[in-house]
Parts: sequence; structure tokens; C-alpha cells
Amino acid sequence: MSSQRFRLKEAGRLDRNAPLKFKFDGKIYEGFRGDTLASALLANGVHLVGRSFKYHRPRGHLGIGAVEANALIQVGDGNSTEPNVRASQVEIYDGLVASSQNRWPSLLFDLGAVNDLLGGLIPAGFYYKTFMWPRKWWMKYEYFIRRAAGLGKAPTGRDPDRYEKMHAHCDILIVGAGPAGLAAALAASKTGARVIIADDQQTFGGSLNMDTDCYINDKTTVDWGKDVVTTLEGLPDVTMLPNTTVSGYYEQNYLTLLETTKPHSFKSTIQQTRHRLWKVRAKQVILATGMIERPLVFANNDRPGIMLSSAIREYINKYGVTPGQNPLIFTNNDDAYRTAITMRQHNINVVAIVDIRENPNSELFRQAREMKIPVHVGSAVVTTKGYSRIKSATIMKLSSDGKTLTGGRRILGCDCLAMSGGWNPAIHLFSQSGGKVKWNHELATFIPGGATQNVLAIGGCNGAADLAKSLKEGLKAGISAARLSGNKGHPPATPSVQEPVQSATRFVLPIPTQKNKFVSEKVFIDFQNDVTLSDIQLASREGYNSVEHLKRYTTVGMGTDQGKTSNVNALMLLSQILDCEPEQVGYTTFRPPYAPTTIGAYAGRNIGNLFSPVRTTAINRWHEEAGARFEHVGQWMRAWYYPKANETMRQAVDREVTAARTNIGILDASTLGKIDIQGPDAAEFLNRVYTNAWLKLLPGTSRYGLMLKEDGMVMDDGVTTCIKENHYHMTTTTGGAASVLEWLEEWLQTEWPNLKVYLTSVTEQWAVAAICGPKSRELLQELCTDIDLSDKAFPFMGYREGTVAGIKARIFRISFTGELSFEINVPRSYGLSLWQKLLDVGKKYEICPYGTEAMHVLRAEKGFIIVGQETDGTVTPVDLGMDWIISKTKPDFIGKRALSRKDIIKADRKQLVGLLTDNATDILPEGSQIVEEVLPKPPMSMIGHVTSSYFSPNCGRPIAMALIKSGRDRMGQTVYIPLKNKPIAATITSVNFLDSVSK
Amino acid sequence: MLHIECPWCGFRDDAEFHYGGEAHITRPDPSITLTDEKFSEYLFLKTNTKGLLLERWCHRSGCRRWFNVLRNTITNEILEVYPVTETPSSKQGKETYEKNWRRESYSKKTPKTDEAK
Repeated sequence: MSSQRFRLKEAGRLDRNAPLKFKFDGKIYEGFRGDTLASALLANGVHLVGRSFKYHRPRGHLGIGAVEANALIQVGDGNSTEPNVRASQVEIYDGLVASSQNRWPSLLFDLGAVNDLLGGLIPAGFYYKTFMWPRKWWMKYEYFIRRAAGLGKAPTGRDPDRYEKMHAHCDILIVGAGPAGLAAALAASKTGARVIIADDQQTFGGSLNMDTDCYINDKTTVDWGKDVVTTLEGLPDVTMLPNTTVSGYYEQNYLTLLETTKPHSFKSTIQQTRHRLWKVRAKQVILATGMIERPLVFANNDRPGIMLSSAIREYINKYGVTPGQNPLIFTNNDDAYRTAITMRQHNINVVAIVDIRENPNSELFRQAREMKIPVHVGSAVVTTKGYSRIKSATIMKLSSDGKTLTGGRRILGCDCLAMSGGWNPAIHLFSQSGGKVKWNHELATFIPGGATQNVLAIGGCNGAADLAKSLKEGLKAGISAARLSGNKGHPPATPSVQEPVQSATRFVLPIPTQKNKFVSEKVFIDFQNDVTLSDIQLASREGYNSVEHLKRYTTVGMGTDQGKTSNVNALMLLSQILDCEPEQVGYTTFRPPYAPTTIGAYAGRNIGNLFSPVRTTAINRWHEEAGARFEHVGQWMRAWYYPKANETMRQAVDREVTAARTNIGILDASTLGKIDIQGPDAAEFLNRVYTNAWLKLLPGTSRYGLMLKEDGMVMDDGVTTCIKENHYHMTTTTGGAASVLEWLEEWLQTEWPNLKVYLTSVTEQWAVAAICGPKSRELLQELCTDIDLSDKAFPFMGYREGTVAGIKARIFRISFTGELSFEINVPRSYGLSLWQKLLDVGKKYEICPYGTEAMHVLRAEKGFIIVGQETDGTVTPVDLGMDWIISKTKPDFIGKRALSRKDIIKADRKQLVGLLTDNATDILPEGSQIVEEVLPKPPMSMIGHVTSSYFSPNCGRPIAMALIKSGRDRMGQTVYIPLKNKPIAATITSVNFLDSVSK
Repeated sequence: MLHIECPWCGFRDDAEFHYGGEAHITRPDPSITLTDEKFSEYLFLKTNTKGLLLERWCHRSGCRRWFNVLRNTITNEILEVYPVTETPSSKQGKETYEKNWRRESYSKKTPKTDEAK
């Protein structure tokens, strides 16, 4: 086990009494409770944690928190594993297992690193240029490219962990719990406003935890922060969410937050919530997301050990870890001096400060000098050396215009390099909210401009570089957001602040490279996507001068990093190349999520049985006990067929289909959509929504109707019955029930508001048993004595009310099979009772329950259509050969005008026909394409497709329905269905197979 | 996720609603003979507005009522909610309505051209 060599004696907010063991790449290390994986690895001197995306260069920790671009780690093992996690965002626990990514065979010796030597051969756009041709090889290329340029690995099995979702509303959502965010929360909470404050770190405080050289009201910043947190914790209306990344900002202040719950052992068998996805609707949003430090752009700026200066300061002050014992500081501003001073105070040997500025002149500069830290002004690091960790840096003087190098080279040994290139406000969420950003010349970066939602950006996010300003903006924003969301109160007094005064920054971008080098050295802009300075220059030379093009061509600012450390540098470089101001270059849109979010969190508990609601009928239990196989129809579970003992599906369906035409079949038809229609204008309404005539339908009778969309295409069909005057019962397809009701409501409310008609869905109110077959009348007679069931008294398409098996019932004499058939509707709670009674009494008639498959075969034998199978939204009633259902006399119905459009009356439209395979054992696959002439290989000219296909026991052969161009003119013609093995020949016939084939 | 104020149920997330497309597209009077071109304009053409748009929504998972909304398609800001049978009453709503070339039935708007053909 390695000792924690780089752990400092005093600093940090860790529980040093709680040592923890964890494993990284198979080796066991020790850390403390409160450590992140990154801080614990640094404590053990581990800098090399990954390989870069494209060149497989050794990479170490760059930043801290969500800013980390390099240290992407695979955490956990087995199916619990999570790829691409930032090491600085994983809180360690005893037994944590983690490993590095994108390397083979090992992290130190990675074969992919050959890409680094071949770098000149794989510039920006390499894949686009090289793998374009031949086109059909792309699939092969892609496989290898993806393997070589991979991130982590997703688990292959089911995730054993649990994920949850939380919905919340609040007056104010504060993003970021640094000085500005905490001040805002403090001010807002005093008004009684409902506040949610979230921060992606495990400890609130942000920069308060690292700027130990500042004081607020004479307290250390850490203590001031702790006091505020204690105050907020005592307030019932303040919800505090540490370890929570606000990942998305959507319309009307709707934000998504990903909370990582307390870590646990992945080995535990107890399922525990790993992430919680918060969906928050906030009246006001305050963005206190702070700033992200900008890397400097110089040769070999990506070696392990080269880190952002502020991150180093945070590791020291928050985790008591120093990333190096001999650090070199490279800066263009005063802030990095604070890092140097902090390190010196911890007796760390700061090798030197290399300052790009020629005359730094601030209190911090003088302080560093007093501490005897060597400062090289007007100088720059021009390259670095070291493989698994930086070993030395070469420094040279910069010319006064910063464009060339002068003087001699000097090599400084070091084990860590702190770089600081200025600051960028973390404007990602502001940009996601739809807000405009503007260029700030002083900071040389983009800051928030005009907002389009109720959002305020404060503190670092608003470009405030100092603590006093952040606190002031926080208090002001807190109170104004509280007032805007309907609360009253006054801001607390502004605290007094002591902090170092900082002088101006000098931007030199990029740092010039040394001449006379045999190998050109890589200057990295985007660490995560391995985008170099020469990639940007190449893209511009090739004409990709728009930021959006630049981004896509070079991949700068893409990936899980979304340009946190790279975007502004890339835009500034592009503006230099184009010789214009960065604001003219513009910026690319930031996209959610701000940091990678586990897919599991979006799914939450909506998996397995909870994925989608399942609807079952009142008779479902019987189907289950009868051993039915089920199929999904929309949300419904319907009995598909009822296999007996060793029956195959085909055998069961054949038996059911035969029974329904010889004795009695019984079908659970409860799922059919049912709409109760009432009102004095009900008949007129039906007359307008169906294609046929409805005004003269008498009480006690039913009619079949087709509904069209306004474009003339078939939308739904069903039987509607006149119960009594002004009262109708409409049925729809099972799948179309909800959309038909909505469609009817739309026309009633928006187009014909003057019609007095009321619609109610009664689908679930009625259970329906359909009995069908020559003996069904005899069976019904036994159970229903109060209705004359004779053909004369109760004709086809009739409707009667009466009592069946002692249950009040509605009986419809309608048929979807062509056989004598009664559909018996009873209140849902009596459904099972009716069903059982019918089966009991029906035993002597050899009654046979049949499922949806047999129902499909039975209707196909008669050539009846199923909407959604024979139709697909491009089929008119005429195409279906159902001209008879279109009224020629009605002044209007939905879709009427469209039916006379030129394209609709064309003769070569696809028309519904029957197909009989020449070989009576071939069953065509549904969806097969149909051709007139078979060629040796595709393409062949297709004239239609098979819509339905079954074996029909009543016809004694396979039957199929198809939509074929000018099909009705082709009766008797032979067409071919070219399947993979052999073409099948078939003859075009009428669709009424039962009457044309069997008789 | 849009936050839409249903006139009957108050503010709800857009998952409860069904979008109905552009509002105030008048259905041609069926008693008037229309050319295919004119009818196709009604059937297929939408203004595809970038900016303020009058549109229809239905509170599908709530009261099932249709209503109209004035929405900025760039920012998704909702500026007015009004009954489906009425015209907007806000200043911006009125302006948007005035600008809409199809706020009158096509047959009413261009009877002369149709007759001329």
C-alpha cells in the first residue's frame, strides 16, 4: 500500500480519523473520508490517470469538479460500473474500485500512443477526409475508429442500482453555493421565500474553501461560509442539495438537477438510490456558477502534473493535498501568485513563477518576492518534458509584442506546473436558458448579456472577479428575486471584506513555439477532444471559419466537456486568425447536460413493469388461467390465442378459426374504444365526421362508418349505434380510442362550437363478449329471455337492450367475421360473470374462446380491413375499394373535398386486392414488397406490399391482402414477392376469400 | 418543458397538453367550389413562423378543452391564452392576428379570383 506522500499536515476539510482503502487500476491506495478519487490519488502522487482521446497521450488531473477534462474514470465493476466519471467528482468510500480508460494493454504502456507519433497524419477532419471512400466500407472503418477513440465502457447487463426522480417547485433556485450563491440564499431566505440551492461539490462554499487569504467580517472565508450554511440549514423553506449538478435549463425556468446520493459500496446487494434526478420549476433562477480558469496555450501543455492554478489551490486548502513538492507557476495574472504563496506557506518549494507580464506590480507580486519565490517576468514556458509526469519546463523571454521569443533558454526542473490564463464565467446554463452573451474586453471573455427568462447571473458567472463584488451581487440578487416571486423583506447588511487587490492580465495567445525544432510540438486547446492549435489553423485554412463549422470540423468544445476550458481560447485564436474581434466570431450554443448524466437517472423507476401502464379487461384473469398467450395492442394486453396442451400457435389458431365458423367462438372485445355521444345535434355531428349518411339512423339500429382526416385518408372505422333519439354509442379501433375522442372534441370545440353534442369515453365502463358462429343465437336464447332474437325481430345491424344471464345488457347484432354474431355489453364489474356463464352454457355447443390472431384471420377471410394494417395514413376509402361508403349527396364531411383532388383520383394509386400464392403452402411475410418482374438482384421496380397474410383453415390455404398499384385492373395477373431465398409467385384476386375460394 | 396556463385548470407542464398547430386557419366553406390549389393551401401550408405565433393547444390529460395561445417560437415565452372561438386581446396578439394571411376563410377572402377562374 502506498503512503500518502503528498498529504499536507494541517490543511483541508477531511476526516483524518477515517482512513479509507480503494483500488485504482488494481492497486490499493489509502485516502480519508471527504476525499474525492482525484484528491486521494494526488495524495498518493498518482498523476497519470488516463490516455487522451485521439493521440493516446498520457494525461493527468487538469482541474477540479465538473471542469476536469482529462481524468475520466471508470468507476465500479460488473453491471454497476459507470464510465467517464470525473475523478474529482467521485467521493471515495471503503472498497471503491476504479480504473483508467482508453488504454491497452496498460495505462503506462499504451499501444494506441503510436497515434501521437503519427499525429501529423491525423489532423482535424481526418476521418471525414480519409474514410469517405469506398462508401460501403464505412461500417467497417467505424468499428475500428470507435474502438480506438473510445471513452469508458457501458455495462452490458442490467444495472442493479436504483434511480429516482423528484419534482419540485420553488420561488428561487440558486445554482452554485460559493460566496455569491450563499449570499443570495441568505438574503432570500430571510424573506420566507422557498429556496433551493444546489452545488456540484460535496461541501458548500465554492471558492470560500480555497481562498484562505480573504476575510469576511473579520472571519476566515471558511468560517463565514460555515456560519451561513448553518443558518440556512435551520430554515424550513430552504432545500440544500450538495453533490447536485444543475445539468439542464429549459423553457419557463424548468431545470433538471442530478443529485448523486451518498456513496455506498458497489458490492452491496442492497439496492440503493445512486442518483436522483430533480425536475424543478422555479419562479426565479439565480446563476452563481462562478468562473472557470483558462489554460495557457503552449507546447506540450498537456503532460500529467500540469494543472490549473486554482485547482491546485483548492486541492491544498480543501483536501490538504499538494499536487507537487517542486511546483512551477506559469501565469498571465495575479491570481496564480496566491497559489504560489499558499504553497510556500505550506513549506512547499515553489521553483519559480513565470509571468507573461513585463511589469507585474501588485501587493501579491511583492509578497511573493518577500517570500523569496523567484519570479521570471516577461517570460513564458515554451515547452515541457516528462512522460508519466512533468519533469522540467523550458522558459524563454517574450518579445514586447508577445509574438516571438528572445534570449536564451532556461530549463527548470519541476514535478508540477500550475497554469493560469485568466478566467471565464461559467455561462453554460445562462446560454441554455436562451440568454444572449456579450464579449467583455477587460476579462477577454464572454459574460451574460440580455436574459430571456426570469434569471439573474451573479458573482463570477457575471464576470465579478473579486469576493466583495460577488457577495454584494449575491445579497442584491437574493432580495430582488425574492421580491419578484412575491416575498417581502430587506437585504442584510453588506459584510466587510479583506482580499488581495489584483492588477491587470496580459493575454498572449498562443505562446510562441521555439524554432529549429525537428518535430513540431503539440499545443493543446481542447484536452478532452485532443484538439491542437494546428487543428484550428488547419480548419481555418480549409475555410471552416464559422464557429459552428470550426466546432464540428475539429470537435473543439464537444464531448462530455462541452468546451469548459477550451471554448474561449479556441474562439480567441479563431478571431486572431481572421483578424477580427472575438465578438464578431461569436460563440457556439451550449447544450444540456452541463455535465454527463447517467441514462438511468432519466429512466428513474420507469423500467420493467413500471415502464408503461398496462390495461387489462375485466375478463383478464380468466384468460390467464386458460393459458392464453397475450399480445400488446396499444396499452392493452389482449388474449392472442389459447394453446391447448402441446398445440403450436398455428394449430391453436386454426382450431379457434374453424370453431367460430362451425359452432360458436367467443371473443373478449372489451378493449374496443367506446364513446357515448349525446345531444340534440348528435346525428348532424356523426353525419359530418363519417363519410356515409347518418341522419336517418333509427333508434335500435347500427351502422358501420369510416372516418377520414381532412386530407381524405382513412383514420379510423367502427360501428355506431342509435340507442335512442339524440343518444349514440360509437365504437372505435382499440388503438385509436383516445385519439378519435380527441379528434372529435377538436372539431366540436374549434370548428363547430355551435353544435350541441357531448362526448364521454365509456371504453372502460363496458365489458364486451362477442359470440360468433351458426349456433350463437341458440346459446344466447338460453341466457336471454326478454328479447326476441329471431332474425326478423332482431335483424343484422340491430340493437336491443335486455337481460343476459341475469345481467342488464346491451346487445349489438354486428359482425366482424361475417358469421351470425352478437356483441354483448355489460357493466365492467359483471364482465367476468357473463363470460363464465356463456362458457358454461355454451359447453354443449362446443363453444371455443378465440384470441386476436383468430379474429384477424376470420375478418381477413371475408376481406374486412383493419385500420392501421391495411391502411397507413396514405390510403383512401377508394383505394380500399370502399366507394360504397362515401356519400355522394352529403354537402360536407371531413375529408370530402380532398377526395376529389387530382392526386387522389389518379388511376395508378395503390389499391387493396387479395393475393393467393401459386404454391398453396407458401405463407407470405407481412410487409413483403411485390414486383411484376423478378430481376437477379435489387433494385427491382416495386408495385406494392403485402398488408395481411395468414393461413386460412376455412379456405384451406394461405390468403393475403395487399396494396398494389392499379390493383383492381390486374385481377388474375401473376405477381412476385422476391424473398431472400426464392421469389414467390402469387395471383391477384378479390379480397372476399371465403366466398370466392371456398364456395 | 413549457409551462402552459390552461384557462380552466391553471399552470401545468406541457406533458399534459396536446399541440394543435397554427390557430385561426379557417376551414373553407364546403358550399363553395375551390380549386385544388386553393384547397391545398388550406390543407398543407403553414406559416412556419419564427417569432410570435397564434396556436392551438388542448389540455388532453386535464379538462380536455381546446384553447389558443400566443407564443414566441424563438424564446418559447407564452404571452396570451384566450378562448378558441375568440381572437386575441393583447396588443401583440392583435398585431400577430392582423399579420396572419389566413385569418379569413380563403373563399371569403378571394371570391373574385375564384369566380374569375
